[in-house]
Amino acid sequence: MNEQLLIVDRLTKAYPGVVANDAVSFGVAPGEVHALLGENGAGKSTLVKMIYGLVRPDSGTMTWKGAPYEPGSPHDARKTGIAMVFQHFSLFEALNVAENVALGMEDPPPMGQLAARIREVSTRYGLPLDPVRLVGELSAGERQRVEIIRCLLQDPKLLIMDEPTSVLTPQEVEILFETLRKLSAEGTAILYISHKLEEIRSLCDAATILRLGKVVGTCDPREKSARELAELMVGQTLHTPTRESADVGDVVLDIDGLSLESANPFGTPLKNINLKVRAGEVVGIGGVAGNGQDELLAALSGELPSHPTAIRLRGQDVGDLGPNPRRALGLLAAPEERLGHAAAPDMSLTENAALTGTIREHLADNGFIKWGKARTFAQAIIRDFDVRTPGPENVARSLSGGNLQKFVIGREVLQRPDVLVVNQPTWGVDASAAADIRQALLDLAAKGAAVICISQDLDELMEISDRFAALNEGRLSETRPARELSIEEIGLMMGGAHGMEVAHVQA
Amino acid sequence: MFRLEKRPAPSRFWTASTPVLAVVLTMLAGGAMFAFLGTDPLAAIRTIFWDPIFGEFAFYYRGQLLVKAAPLILIAIGLSLGFRAGIWNIGAEGQYIIGAISGAAFGLAFYPSESILLFPAMIVAGALGGWLWAMIPAILKTRFNTNEILVSLMLVYVAEAMLASVSSGLLRNPDGLGFPGSRNFKDYPAAHNNFLIESAGVHWGVVTAILAVIFAYALLNRHLLGFQIRLTGAAPKAARFAGVNPSMLVVICMGISGALAGLAGMFEVTGPAGQISIDFNSNYGFTAIIVAFLGRLNPIGVMLAGLLMALTYVGGDAAASTLGLPGAAIQLLQGMLLFFLLAVDVLANFKIRFGKTEAA
Amino acid sequence: MDLSSINPLVLLASIMVASTPILLAALGEMVTEKSGVLNLGVEGMMITGAVCGFVIAVETGSPLLGFVGAALGGAVLSLLFGLLTQYLLSNQVASGLALTLFGLGLSALLGQKYIGIKAPPTTDFDVPLLADIPVLGPILFRHDMMVYFSIALVALVWAVLKFTRAGLILRAVGENHDAAHALGYKVVRIRMAAIAFGGALAGLGGAYISLIRVPQWTEGMTAGAGWIALAIVVFASWRPWRVLLGAYLFGGVTVLQLNLQAAGVNIPVVYLSMLPYLVTILVLVIMSAKRGRAALGAPAALGRIFHASG
Repeated sequence: MNEQLLIVDRLTKAYPGVVANDAVSFGVAPGEVHALLGENGAGKSTLVKMIYGLVRPDSGTMTWKGAPYEPGSPHDARKTGIAMVFQHFSLFEALNVAENVALGMEDPPPMGQLAARIREVSTRYGLPLDPVRLVGELSAGERQRVEIIRCLLQDPKLLIMDEPTSVLTPQEVEILFETLRKLSAEGTAILYISHKLEEIRSLCDAATILRLGKVVGTCDPREKSARELAELMVGQTLHTPTRESADVGDVVLDIDGLSLESANPFGTPLKNINLKVRAGEVVGIGGVAGNGQDELLAALSGELPSHPTAIRLRGQDVGDLGPNPRRALGLLAAPEERLGHAAAPDMSLTENAALTGTIREHLADNGFIKWGKARTFAQAIIRDFDVRTPGPENVARSLSGGNLQKFVIGREVLQRPDVLVVNQPTWGVDASAAADIRQALLDLAAKGAAVICISQDLDELMEISDRFAALNEGRLSETRPARELSIEEIGLMMGGAHGMEVAHVQA
Repeated sequence: MFRLEKRPAPSRFWTASTPVLAVVLTMLAGGAMFAFLGTDPLAAIRTIFWDPIFGEFAFYYRGQLLVKAAPLILIAIGLSLGFRAGIWNIGAEGQYIIGAISGAAFGLAFYPSESILLFPAMIVAGALGGWLWAMIPAILKTRFNTNEILVSLMLVYVAEAMLASVSSGLLRNPDGLGFPGSRNFKDYPAAHNNFLIESAGVHWGVVTAILAVIFAYALLNRHLLGFQIRLTGAAPKAARFAGVNPSMLVVICMGISGALAGLAGMFEVTGPAGQISIDFNSNYGFTAIIVAFLGRLNPIGVMLAGLLMALTYVGGDAAASTLGLPGAAIQLLQGMLLFFLLAVDVLANFKIRFGKTEAA
Repeated sequence: MDLSSINPLVLLASIMVASTPILLAALGEMVTEKSGVLNLGVEGMMITGAVCGFVIAVETGSPLLGFVGAALGGAVLSLLFGLLTQYLLSNQVASGLALTLFGLGLSALLGQKYIGIKAPPTTDFDVPLLADIPVLGPILFRHDMMVYFSIALVALVWAVLKFTRAGLILRAVGENHDAAHALGYKVVRIRMAAIAFGGALAGLGGAYISLIRVPQWTEGMTAGAGWIALAIVVFASWRPWRVLLGAYLFGGVTVLQLNLQAAGVNIPVVYLSMLPYLVTILVLVIMSAKRGRAALGAPAALGRIFHASG
């Protein structure tokens, strides 16, 4: 195995209460596309952070081209020839593209030359970019191009990509894969992190599978089925959520010409959104991150008031009502960001139960909160949704992502909503909690509630939605019955390739 | 080097004991400072922290304690409500001055009335004055998104200019031979905030301060508004999601703290200070910021912290007269206390690990 | 009332002197804020600088050493704030206030033996040739060195922020500390440097008041200049040349009201002395009301606590 580019040998890193990486070993050869596969919390991110010099291992060694490799910082990693595209972009919204690129390079050329190089390389790889535009004005897909171009300008020997496709449409994913295959043909090794099995099967030459910080298997992903990979990754057979067929009832929620400015200077305004949702159905809303998802949720939850008639609940105008009057009428919501938006991190679960439950659960009397009753409500959520916690007096941030998300969704479901709007209900949640949450949403619809599920996870949307629509630059597409849709069609609804084109380099 | 490790939940032990630790550290550092100034550190610390309560002249100092603590607690209770919600009213000193001026002016306008309604009306006037002064930064913030820290602070300087003006102009004692300063309220019984229990230093301001503590405690722990205040401070986005109207909260919190500061000023000027004069205000509005933090923005904590801070004032005066300790040293001691408190506060939310540090 | 007693040339020249302390402090605070740190302790650092500068200048007889000492004093004090906010993760608003309260106490203690003493005189520096230009020469080119130094510093800060890699990194840290950390920049160290720079300039600004503008030591002599400097940073939308403009504007208001007082204008003194503070509020209202543009100038990570979770 002398031709290996990078060898990772028994790397271990522990955090209080959790061993993130336990004696992890694997190797990457030049030109190889190597997948790191694992669930949320399996330790993939910690592992690549150690390779990129952001986190120092407790024990274990790394070897680069046969010599010991001990990066003290990302600068060392970049000097060695390792570049990384981050899942949560390492970009600066108020700076322009060229400045962002310069910040990720060790010896950037003067700005003028750099801009020319960006134009040249971005065109060559089919990822067109204007160096003087502010990154804050770019779409999520374009932002990723900035990250990739930043890496490519440094001629990396190893390119680390952390969940790169979560911000791309299916068409864009195809083009990205073309680019990656060409890079690999040029001899660049790629370490590809994902939990999307089909992608890994179509792109990668080898895979290392992590579960709870340990390597549980290595394989050639092209020789395994997605099902086999999933079982290796999760360690158990998962039940697929099922639903009892329910009759679809009358229109409960009617969004009629909703247009709204974003509260955030770099946010996406909503443009003329129309959608009717009937009792008993699940409407899935897909789209790449940053296309108005947060704004749509805020408009429906009442955090961003709009024109009174833009949103009607059972014929009643609610567009200008705040969150609590809407709750009283039966329109409930669960935003994407668990800590800080859906829940207050430093407050107890009892207090977090009162956060949205005061109105419908009658937790207040003349303005005085009945804490005993709030506690009982919190206990009911914990019991019914199998939230793993010692008790309702624990603070929200002491819960794992999956458990807190079950609490947040459970809190709304138990309030018997007529309409429930959720954004990214299973984002960053382990597979078993995700399955529970999806089942809860389906059960809620089966009991006659209307559910709107905004998500960037297309598999999830295909699994639970009756109808599908896509958000693209603040506009919502027509809805289509989910069962009839192909991935190709979904991609086009999400805006297609957004100006990306196939790389012009010869492989 | 050390490394901080976030605790899964805030430590109850450290939340309660950091103020005590901060006091101990302040005594140590303060002792070093006193030694540097050529004063016996042990004697100084005993004079400041011990003698006023247990010493030979404690009978005199104990009364002083409540007199100083009442305005501090009144102002700090109001401030702590706002601070909890992330609303930074730094201009309590201004609201305190304006409350004093309006309360006193109302009383002096009716000189020499003997009505028993006069004093209650003055109380209302004082609260109203402070409230109005606090409404300026509140309305500017909600209407124009202006920074309330800077506006409320600028208004302190404006209030001080007004105080200087009225004490030598509008409210000057007509029988005062041209000296600046208003009539003395001690000679105006219907408007005088007299001691209810002289030996203990209890006047109407002390009673009001106790009521304010109880009110704030009930508000924060039982009432929806208090929950909204805490929620806004802990997670502003979650508060919006919970249906809190941030503008409303700004107006309410600034209003309460302004009114309480105004009350404190009114009770001070008609009682212990005795008259409107250019320097009747003893920076209580600023010291109350320390009191609010030292009390961990918790009403009971604020009450204890107010008593402790009053002790440094009373003990500082004693140390100035018996040991010749400069007044500025006490001011510095109070500043140190806030510094140490903020420094050790980290223990409530983080564990400290020594040794190997993270890369980068 | 005798407005003719106000000489417009002298007025202009004195504006430059009156503006310099606020300019220095605001410029330093702007750099601190550009790195994403809100230090509300400017007033405390200024007054500490004022007393340090004064004491050292009196003891050594050298105003220059006084300024050096003031810069050091301000920087050391600001590092206390840095220790609290960057290493111990304290709330920046509370720590800034603590710094101001602490600085006021410290300066009162340090300066108590120096009340009533006059500072050693500083010599004005006549810019060669330019100082001899009739009318304009005496107004613009016959000041002490600090006036020119402060203006040169504005140009320097502007150039560093706009054209150098160090400036780019500083802005990046202020925009998004998590991203800067992920790229391997030492967020805490960069911020500590920016905090110390802000402290040093606030110290210089304070010393300018006690050594040149007044020149003697009185307790609390900065009288809110530090807070006004904070407001000027907002007014300037975090841009160096606009900091200069803002500082001169406020200097102008201050000088004007003093001159009007001296000229015995028929406006009560109380209103005139309120004027700088009221103008500050007015300017804040105007700048904040134009929300979109001002918000774009503010560093996105301003006031947020950074803790690398590893």
